[in-house]
Amino acid sequence: MIRAEAQGAGPAELRVRPVEAADLGQVIAIDAELTGLEKTDYYYELFHRYGAGRTRQRLFLVAESGDVIQGFIIGEVRDWEFGSAPCGWVFGLSVRASARLAGVGARMLKAVCDGFRHAGVNKVRTLLARDNGLVLSFFRSQGMMAAPFIPLEKDLD
Amino acid sequence: MKLQKSTSLALYSVLEFAANPGRQASAAEIAEKYGASTHHLAKVLRELGRAGLVESARGVGGGYRFSGNTKRLTLMDVIELFENISTRTGKSEGFDGSSDVGRALGAVTAEVDEIARATFRSITLDTMLKLIERQRRAATDAQTAAEGSPRSKRPNV
Repeated sequence: MIRAEAQGAGPAELRVRPVEAADLGQVIAIDAELTGLEKTDYYYELFHRYGAGRTRQRLFLVAESGDVIQGFIIGEVRDWEFGSAPCGWVFGLSVRASARLAGVGARMLKAVCDGFRHAGVNKVRTLLARDNGLVLSFFRSQGMMAAPFIPLEKDLD
Repeated sequence: MKLQKSTSLALYSVLEFAANPGRQASAAEIAEKYGASTHHLAKVLRELGRAGLVESARGVGGGYRFSGNTKRLTLMDVIELFENISTRTGKSEGFDGSSDVGRALGAVTAEVDEIARATFRSITLDTMLKLIERQRRAATDAQTAAEGSPRSKRPNV
């Protein structure tokens, strides 16, 4: 167990577990802290699709210390396109600003990777904006390297 | 993207010092290890010293030691002390915009450079040290496996 400072409440044991409906208010607040947007409908929709261990292929986990949610991570096993083998895919990760640099993200990533292994895949991937230095640096620090893919886009006329 | 010799030497030096933060090493020692001239390396170390990444140690043996923060410093922070790659464009790589072909080649080169810059920005010295350690371990494991394989075992004489 590691300890994280929980919003002025002092250090408390950190526990990573599947999200529950009662956590969603804090999850939405953590995301809004970073993005400035309260995406209530989006997170309720994600909860219904990914929450509470609905399948082994979909994971929506939170890191909790005391009764405070310090961060969350969302991922799933994707049957990858263009001939690649299925892999774990992380598409959401956020840690409360006051709880950063305490290993919360690392604990959640480890937990989601354990879930992916349990679901039978041995590779984890993610996709980020090039200018998202904070999260890019985090994934790099966890040993992630450039994948053999190039993201492409074009303007639709 | 090709980095200048001074930049490469700065990266080698900073990582060498950061891997052994308590230890001091001379310019000659690092120059010999990486096949550079002591004079050139001394100039690089002076620049790193001015930026606060290394400090010179007085007394017997002299030399330099690391004085930066491995968790905060990125490869880009070191590179930009020696060359400005932030504004590098396809044009500066030799493709000018006076022809359609030059413009198109410049656009592709600029795309490659942007990915390189994002990579340098996202990797801290701490992450590099972990990568170095992982590669060292992998090489050792491969060597151990090769030595332990039946073909490489010498018969008892």
